[in-house]
Amino acid sequence: MSPLLQVTDLDVDFGGRPAVRGVGLTLERGEVLGLVGESGSGKSATALAVLGLLPGNAVVRGSVRLDGQELVGASDKQLTRIRGSRVSMVFQDPLSAFTPVYRIGDQVAEAVRAHQDVSREQALERAVELLDLVGIPEPALRARAFPHEFSGGMRQRAMIAMAMANDPDVILADEPTTALDVTIQAQVLDVLRTAQRETGAAMLLVSHDLGVIAGAADRVAVMHEGRVVESGTAVDVFTRPQEPYTKQLLAAVPRIDAPRAPQPPVGEQVLKVRGLTRTFPVLKGTAFKRRIGTVYAVDGVDLDIRRGEALALVGESGSGKSTTLFELLELARPEGGTIELFGQRLGGLSATETKALRRRVQIVFQDPMASLDPRMPVGDIVAEPLRTQGADRVTIGRRVPELLTQVGLDPAHAERFPHEFSGGQRQRIGIARALSVEPELLVLDEPVSALDVSVQAGVLKLLQRLKEELGLAYLFVSHDLSVVRNIADRVSVVYLGRTVEAGPVDEVFERPRHPYTQALLSAVPLPDPVRERQRQSARILLAGDPPSPTRRYDGCRFRGRCPLQAQLGEGDRERCGREVPVLDGDGAACHFPRVREVV
Amino acid sequence: MTTTVIAEEAPVAAPPAGRATVVLRRFLRNRTALAGAVVLVLLFLLAFVGPYVTPWSYSHIDYTALRAAPDADHWWGTNRIGQDVFAQTARGLQKSLIIGLLVAVLSTGLASLVGACAGYFGGWTDRLLMFFVDLLLVFPSFLIIAIVSPRLNSSGWFALVGLLGLFAWMITARVVRSMTLSLKEREFVRAARYMGVGPFRIIWRHVLPNIASFLIIDATIQVGGAVMSETALSYFGFGVQPPDVSLGTLIADGTGAAVTYPWMFFFAAGLLVVFVLAVNLVGDGLRDALDPTAKGASR
Amino acid sequence: MMWQQEAWTISPVPAYLAKRLGYYALLLLAAVCLSYLLASLALDPREYYAGRQPPIPVASVNHHLDEIGVNDRTPLPHRFLRWFGHAVRGDLGQTIDGTSVNAEFGRRLGVSLRLLLTGTVFGTVAGVLVGAWTAVRQYRFSDRAVTLASFALLSTPVFLLAILLKTGAIWFNQTTGTDLIQFTGEKSPGLTGGFWTVVEDRAVHLLLPTLSVALFAVASYSRYQRNTMLDVLGSDYLRTARAKGLAQRTVLLKHGLRTALIPMSTYFSYGFLALFTGATFTETIFGWHGMGEWFVASIGKNDVNSVVAVNLFAAVTVLCSGFLADILHAALDPRIRQAS
Repeated sequence: MSPLLQVTDLDVDFGGRPAVRGVGLTLERGEVLGLVGESGSGKSATALAVLGLLPGNAVVRGSVRLDGQELVGASDKQLTRIRGSRVSMVFQDPLSAFTPVYRIGDQVAEAVRAHQDVSREQALERAVELLDLVGIPEPALRARAFPHEFSGGMRQRAMIAMAMANDPDVILADEPTTALDVTIQAQVLDVLRTAQRETGAAMLLVSHDLGVIAGAADRVAVMHEGRVVESGTAVDVFTRPQEPYTKQLLAAVPRIDAPRAPQPPVGEQVLKVRGLTRTFPVLKGTAFKRRIGTVYAVDGVDLDIRRGEALALVGESGSGKSTTLFELLELARPEGGTIELFGQRLGGLSATETKALRRRVQIVFQDPMASLDPRMPVGDIVAEPLRTQGADRVTIGRRVPELLTQVGLDPAHAERFPHEFSGGQRQRIGIARALSVEPELLVLDEPVSALDVSVQAGVLKLLQRLKEELGLAYLFVSHDLSVVRNIADRVSVVYLGRTVEAGPVDEVFERPRHPYTQALLSAVPLPDPVRERQRQSARILLAGDPPSPTRRYDGCRFRGRCPLQAQLGEGDRERCGREVPVLDGDGAACHFPRVREVV
Repeated sequence: MTTTVIAEEAPVAAPPAGRATVVLRRFLRNRTALAGAVVLVLLFLLAFVGPYVTPWSYSHIDYTALRAAPDADHWWGTNRIGQDVFAQTARGLQKSLIIGLLVAVLSTGLASLVGACAGYFGGWTDRLLMFFVDLLLVFPSFLIIAIVSPRLNSSGWFALVGLLGLFAWMITARVVRSMTLSLKEREFVRAARYMGVGPFRIIWRHVLPNIASFLIIDATIQVGGAVMSETALSYFGFGVQPPDVSLGTLIADGTGAAVTYPWMFFFAAGLLVVFVLAVNLVGDGLRDALDPTAKGASR
Repeated sequence: MMWQQEAWTISPVPAYLAKRLGYYALLLLAAVCLSYLLASLALDPREYYAGRQPPIPVASVNHHLDEIGVNDRTPLPHRFLRWFGHAVRGDLGQTIDGTSVNAEFGRRLGVSLRLLLTGTVFGTVAGVLVGAWTAVRQYRFSDRAVTLASFALLSTPVFLLAILLKTGAIWFNQTTGTDLIQFTGEKSPGLTGGFWTVVEDRAVHLLLPTLSVALFAVASYSRYQRNTMLDVLGSDYLRTARAKGLAQRTVLLKHGLRTALIPMSTYFSYGFLALFTGATFTETIFGWHGMGEWFVASIGKNDVNSVVAVNLFAAVTVLCSGFLADILHAALDPRIRQAS
């Protein structure tokens, strides 16, 4: 029998630039094929080419056969009949993938009605059923919500519901979990498995995340520069890679289970934060706003960093990690709690003292493209903190080439603009800018999360080297726990704006005591198909999204999602609901901490 | 895209060029923009040197040559009352060049200042500035200019420039404000703030350059718009007052004779088109020079 | 969409719109007061009586000016308070010729509204459609042709366009040997006939003025709509809609144009401003006795009260269109409905 979907000699050009070169793939009924590669490897273009969804400037050659029917060069009418009914698609960014002005339910129902001759009401009923199937609570009510009212995870579930609407034979999932937190990623992958089981569809899973692929795919194809460089069963590719590129890629992936010798804390205290709080008003109205509620973004964060030490702040999005950083960088008196930088307490410092502090604390942002002014030459960007500190032209002219060399860039490129550099180089520019005024504490907000794994490894190595050479202290925010394991000496876990566990990195990762930390760690997929499949059965799946930070919670704020609650007795549960667990120094803010190995 | 990391040549000794130098260099490399700039210079020469070259003054009436076709005596002919078209066109061009460019600079400058401040500072600054903007929008500007300008004869048409500029910037300011609002949340602005860069410096160095494409396009549209407004006002007798002339009044006067005595109409109309076109070319070139991602303007 | 009607009842739209309305009332008040003060300062009603043969005695001029309330010997605050007191009670005073401003206002209001409304509605709809169409056909010949034509149109002074249209109409009438297209006034003088004859006569007279108002609207709106549509055409949700298996037409109209209309609502309110200015010329050129013509005449006569009345009309129309744009925006965008 011929394969369900067969791609042979597929070429895609974008305005003359080749993106995909001679790609061949086969997808059998009911199997999951993982298509893995770094950005620009042509994996998404391959998936889009199957359904003829590439933009107008793309030229597609070769053959895509679905059950023997040729799709390349098929008329739009023929493709329209196949799209959504026999082959459906799950896209990456679920916010931009839904039309903002229509209700989620209507958009799912529209997919039903595009291929089935049913009434509006019937289509809508079917939509509600589908939303129920993908685990959206109160589906009838939520079907009436608009896309912007859904969380990222919920939108992705709705997207999957839409893909399931017409019992497709093939589901193309293009980076379905990329923008999501690990905990939500685990849920969505679970839903994808359900969808596949319910419809019996084969799935082409496109991802850059080797862990996701290892956990989900039966067979794997590795793409690099538009070509498939290696393919085989998941176990073969991951454990016995043949091609040098695959080997490199696997070696570059930071692993959550890789122990590292962290450096013992040395030197004096650089940063001390106690009980930091920050709230934002929830406003209503346009011309005259009034306050209708409060977001408790940060609600009791403690941090300690010594010289030469890297502290990682981890947690789901919305847990207040970034707000904590920005509060720190305002260098003003915090709304609640205390911040001490280099022994100086923030609030009530003179302008000169603040300016001096500014030099000692610098920041590196997440998205290197967004954090560099696109209209400024790199030399000016790197020099900006120096200028602000009042350095003269001679110093600037001397320092800029020095700094660029220090981060591994060519000083002759100082006149170029950010867009002329690759992602990793841009992040190096960001680091050079931060280093220009010789800071002592570097605040890093997700510094490598926008980068490909091989580039990530280079930047992490640079950060490690700079720390050792310059004796820097790092405050490092990341949602990627594998990266944290790679660079941090100590970890602090925050949940809903509050520190729930802190300690040396190996201690926390190997012997997590807080159930939230355990859930986070257990959700991180390992790039190892054998171990990953074993872990899947033991995975701690947290229910639902993180609760709203607009509410104040009595007692332990994690108890609503806590997997321990079911095992506790009546009295113990009551204690969790009444008493706020406190954290003193290292350890876990839990009334019933117990070590559980999850990595 | 360049991905070389290793230095190919010895590190340069001179400090790297700043933004202004880089932009100027890129502008000078752009042929069409340069051509536009040259045409603008020529237009200015024609407008300001022309009157000294011709023996006729713009208001002098030559009763021996009514509606005369161009010849050696009157290079571009005369109009129906015997005034020299070349002298009149040069005079009119002076007015229109200055009105167009000055109004554009004035209104775009005002718009970016008000819009950027409102967007960047937010709060009460924003609310007050936007109320002011809305008020001027509701205020029927054309009507106000019509009432006021004929009564400003003493201060001449400079006042007209001020008035046209004053009522042309509000919509731009609103757009600048909303662009600033989104730029303000961008990380590079945040980065500058955490480096301790002051708010006005941030507006000047980060916000305005990043909306420069819009500002430049807007300014070039304003040039045409200002000349057009002046023309329209003059048509009703509210703009440039006789015996003074502008390209607008010349076109308005010559429209009826466009077919029978084309020289009365086409020199003025042609120069207007050339002027607006040249401004657009220069604007496009400037935008490309400022936008590092622009096609064909790369290093 | 399916639940659109219900959405109106459950969303807090009325509160949002009420707030906007309050803001607009404030703006209107400020704008009208300012224009009174400005008109009083800039215009000199006394001049209207100067140079008459035989000369009018100063006392009689003063008496007349006092009656209308525009005597420059009365301090400005007094004049303003008197005018304002009448205005809030709905009396806009007297023209310089001693007739009622309200009566004149009523007479001319309909004329201007007929011209502005038909022109705006036609121009807006056509502009949106042309813009969306050119966006879909980006860089093809039709797109370039429309782009060129709209730029040419936008750089033509209004009066020039009107004259060109007139010339074209004359040529048309001459070649066809009829007088099908009429361009002077709002109706043929002394026309008798049934209802349909009158309607037809009106429509024929409306054609050219409406075109000259609408063409500018088409030219500028199609530019904006092309831009917003182009932004939307590259968006992910259009790709999703196609991936669902919807036909290209449905994708472009239901998902594309519908979303691309949202940012346009802002332009609609600003666009009205320019149209109003343009209409002033159109009325004068085509001999319609509307607000614009009144305004030009009033300035010539130094008629303060009439000038202020026209300003009031202009401000109210602009604010009304702003308010309509707000409603449109709220109706088009669920994010606005809920966020407010």
